[in-house]
Amino acid sequence: MKFLDEYRDAELAQKFAQEIHRITTKPWKIMEVCGGQTHAIVKYGIDELLPKQIELIHGPGCPVCVTPLEVIDQALEIAARPGVIFTSFGDMLRVPGSTTDLLSVKAQGGDVRIIYSPLDAVKIAEQNPAKEVVFFGVGFETTAPATAMAIYQAAQKGLKNFSMLISHVLVPPAIEALMSSPNCQVQAFLAAGHVCAVMGYEEYFPLAKKYRVPIVVTGFEPLDVLHGILLTVQQLESGRAEVENQYVRAVSRAGNQSAQDLVKKVFQVVPRKWRGIGEIPQSGLGLNEAYSAFDAAKKFKLTDRCVDEPAECVAGLILQGLKKPHECPVFGTRCTPEHPFGATMVSSEGACAAYYRYRRQGAKEMVVAS
Amino acid sequence: MCLAIPGKVVSISGDDPLTRMGRIDFSGVVKQASLAYVPEVNIGDYVIVHVGFALSKVDEDEAQKVFQYLKQIGELDELKEPAP
Ligand code: SF4
Repeated sequence: MKFLDEYRDAELAQKFAQEIHRITTKPWKIMEVCGGQTHAIVKYGIDELLPKQIELIHGPGCPVCVTPLEVIDQALEIAARPGVIFTSFGDMLRVPGSTTDLLSVKAQGGDVRIIYSPLDAVKIAEQNPAKEVVFFGVGFETTAPATAMAIYQAAQKGLKNFSMLISHVLVPPAIEALMSSPNCQVQAFLAAGHVCAVMGYEEYFPLAKKYRVPIVVTGFEPLDVLHGILLTVQQLESGRAEVENQYVRAVSRAGNQSAQDLVKKVFQVVPRKWRGIGEIPQSGLGLNEAYSAFDAAKKFKLTDRCVDEPAECVAGLILQGLKKPHECPVFGTRCTPEHPFGATMVSSEGACAAYYRYRRQGAKEMVVAS
Repeated sequence: MCLAIPGKVVSISGDDPLTRMGRIDFSGVVKQASLAYVPEVNIGDYVIVHVGFALSKVDEDEAQKVFQYLKQIGELDELKEPAP
């Protein structure tokens, strides 16, 4: 496939790795923010191509993983109601709430449907006027334009039976929260390429300056990730802390203006709790006043609640880069993708699931030329 | 979750910029995607698609950057090799 296979070439990957080895003189800790990058790094063994001094810390960039337990419980409550069609991206179905998950609600007769695009949920609402159709709106800035468009079109069509349970999160405030924590060990960031395809990367300049960290916008294929790491190490070794763009083929400095405009029209910035991390100010998107009729939490009069995470699960420390999955006492024994304790074991982009899949049995696809 | 993959626009339907849809070919698997956010895109262009929306057009010249960079590294290597 054009624009995919050529970025998976093993020989070229080795070349990048050699160059990184050549220029690295000191230990560096680099966080890849995005779960998609975590997945690629573990799948292709990119971390194993790097010099020992370079440690990759797997960041909180998996929206499935950071959706708080309370919101999952709200989703479960709505989905179990009669007369509701609950729609969601597939990866939310097995995320454990405090007692059950959406898949079990579905097995017990709840009308839970997996959809590919939020626009599909709008279509289902049009076709089922007697039912309440709810979409579980999770995701980063990458996904927000899609949910914003679904809301916007539902409003234009005057749909009264459509709403969304929203738990959208934003990347830059999470970087800020990580950097300002006293335990923070991260010295540089690979920023998430597809988030920046929408938002551009202007927002990262103040962060790079304030915390003196290099931030390199990076793609998702093995060569992208290695190239991003090389640019990062070059900066670290020469004492620079700049914003750079590795993923130029898809990301411009200003991002996608029309997507940003619609997101601004429909959403407003709100405080948001992140699973395992806690509340981060101004780190989420919620519907603004004009569209509040589409807010499922209001429509179904859900109450705010507070639930404790399972005590054994250290996903919070993993999301902050303070622990690695195999340091969790129940990793791979009592906690597996079939029976996940924490969300980082559910999504294939969660660090625990990626380690379980590619590191436990030692089965690993190295970078392959195709 | 932020998985977004490049595909080729094979046809476009609709004139309203808000509801313009494209059929996108991902190596043989063809799917519909909204082109609302990429008004500049034409048939034959490659776009990055996420949950049914094209988010950006792949810049074919910039796509070569990674490889040009590697070439540069290669040339540097050659410079360092001892002269015969
Ligand atoms: S292995 Fe399971 S219990 Fe341990 S941190 Fe990961 S998700 Fe939580």
